[in-house]
Amino acid sequence: MPLTEKDVRYVAELAHLELTDQEVKQFLPQLDSILEYVQKLNELDTREIEPMAQVTAGAAKPQLRGDEPRPAFTPEIALANAPAPSAGFFQVPRVIERES
Amino acid sequence: MDLTALTLESIREALARKQISAEELVRAHLARIEQQDHDVRAYLTLSPQRALQQARRVDALIAAGEPLPALAGVPTAVKDVIITRDLRTTAGSQILRNYIPPYDATAVARLEAAGACILGKTNCDEFAMGSSTENSGYFPTHNPRDLRRVPGGSSGGSAAAVAAHLATVALGSDTGGSIRQPAALCGAVGMMGTYGRVSRYGLIAFASSLDHLGPFGRSVRDVAAVLQAIAGYDPCDSTSAREPVPDYESRLLEPIRGFRVGIADEYFQGLSPAIGDNLQRGIDLLAKLGCEITPVSLPHTDYAIACYYIIATAEASSNLARYDGVRYGVRAGVGDGLAEMYRRTRNAGFGPEVKRRIMLGTHVLSSGYYDAYYLKAQKVRALITRDFLEAFDEVDVIVTPTSPVPAFKLGERLDDPLQMYLADIYTVTADLAGIPGISVPCGATRPAADQPALPVGMQLLARHFEEARLLQVAYGFERAGGFGV
Repeated sequence: MPLTEKDVRYVAELAHLELTDQEVKQFLPQLDSILEYVQKLNELDTREIEPMAQVTAGAAKPQLRGDEPRPAFTPEIALANAPAPSAGFFQVPRVIERES
Repeated sequence: MDLTALTLESIREALARKQISAEELVRAHLARIEQQDHDVRAYLTLSPQRALQQARRVDALIAAGEPLPALAGVPTAVKDVIITRDLRTTAGSQILRNYIPPYDATAVARLEAAGACILGKTNCDEFAMGSSTENSGYFPTHNPRDLRRVPGGSSGGSAAAVAAHLATVALGSDTGGSIRQPAALCGAVGMMGTYGRVSRYGLIAFASSLDHLGPFGRSVRDVAAVLQAIAGYDPCDSTSAREPVPDYESRLLEPIRGFRVGIADEYFQGLSPAIGDNLQRGIDLLAKLGCEITPVSLPHTDYAIACYYIIATAEASSNLARYDGVRYGVRAGVGDGLAEMYRRTRNAGFGPEVKRRIMLGTHVLSSGYYDAYYLKAQKVRALITRDFLEAFDEVDVIVTPTSPVPAFKLGERLDDPLQMYLADIYTVTADLAGIPGISVPCGATRPAADQPALPVGMQLLARHFEEARLLQVAYGFERAGGFGV
């Protein structure tokens, strides 16, 4: 099923990207051709195959570290790159309900 | 003595004999960067003070007659997806153009503990997404062998720096071939270890199950020495392998006579003579060195690109969700509220390839498509991995071309993203399986009589945690003149 402009806009919205009309027109055929290409995988019968979620070769269960506090960043360091630090917080605009 | 042409062995000797100082070595590289880098454009950010301070520490050790750490004084470049404390790190993106990390990546800390002098941060495709470094949010890097051509990607800056003598060694990252392919296109040695061999702590994430850090150098020994310094368990990376790290350098000289070398037919079908002829000469040399050349089959090779571009983009869409203008990076205006801030920031900060991949990844993970794409790709990944494990029952290493083409011209491949993706065919398989791989120079090819010869790369692959074996074969190949076949 070929991709439509509506699909592209929907996906962009999910990813918090808002594309211009020009970008949508440019991306549509590119994304469509890539998605068509990856259909190739359907040539393979994988019904008996377990999905490979972990790559770590021969890994047993991951070994978790103990629950011990360690030194971490001070608030000053943590805020050093913040676009809008304020009183020790990351300041952001208020959350507004989107009108549909 | 041209200080920028030295490799590690010569540096160690020259420092030990006090023929040069570490400070002279660093200054020579900084001077060459000033002269040459406006043509090559390997670097995004330079760190001369950091490099010189480190050099002085090394010189103080020498003056005190103290033993030197393994990479003492070595001028090193670091790909800009790897964070460096107090030194701007951009991931090749405008969205991080002002980002100053508060900590070092583990690999960086280990390099500096070993005495390496970090000259600066190298250019790359944005968030490591690309095969030519043309997707950098800043400018493209040029191939030192022919400035009209790409250095490959995404670690194009690191590969070019080493090839152009603007650093002795460099760090890069490899998710679908981003160390091995630019090494091939620039005529350098580039290596990726087993997944988990080198800590990813401090590597700006692209695709977490595929990302690796690894070294570039002009000789196999240099690459072995850097890998030695950075490899090994790191509690800060939950995927870090506890497998002990052998002494790679001391194992380089072990004989390779009798090694079984696999040639996978699927990697040589349709290969142009420009690449194929060089690879054949390389394989012939390995045979002459006593390796047993054996055909093997990796039947699912043809599905690797589709598999990779589903998994990598899916993971990228998740990893890049953090660039939202809240805690770091640029914030592109507030607008109506939080959601608009996210959109404006990401629209302004990300380039087109990044947007494309985020959208692909979002789509393949979205409700109704997850099973058809992502889950399916994970199953195919298991098949590709199984191909390798079965092949490695028959052979010790597998030899393939690294890239189907030599360095192409800047701008030549920008119109069709899918065509660019298809050129990754020989490298993505190793990332999918998590096995180690190395690319070594294997002669050159001349596109026309009046044009510069372009490097060709030969890739060697081995089973998980058999980096030492790869390095042995590569080293034997180098010593027998393989780089210039």
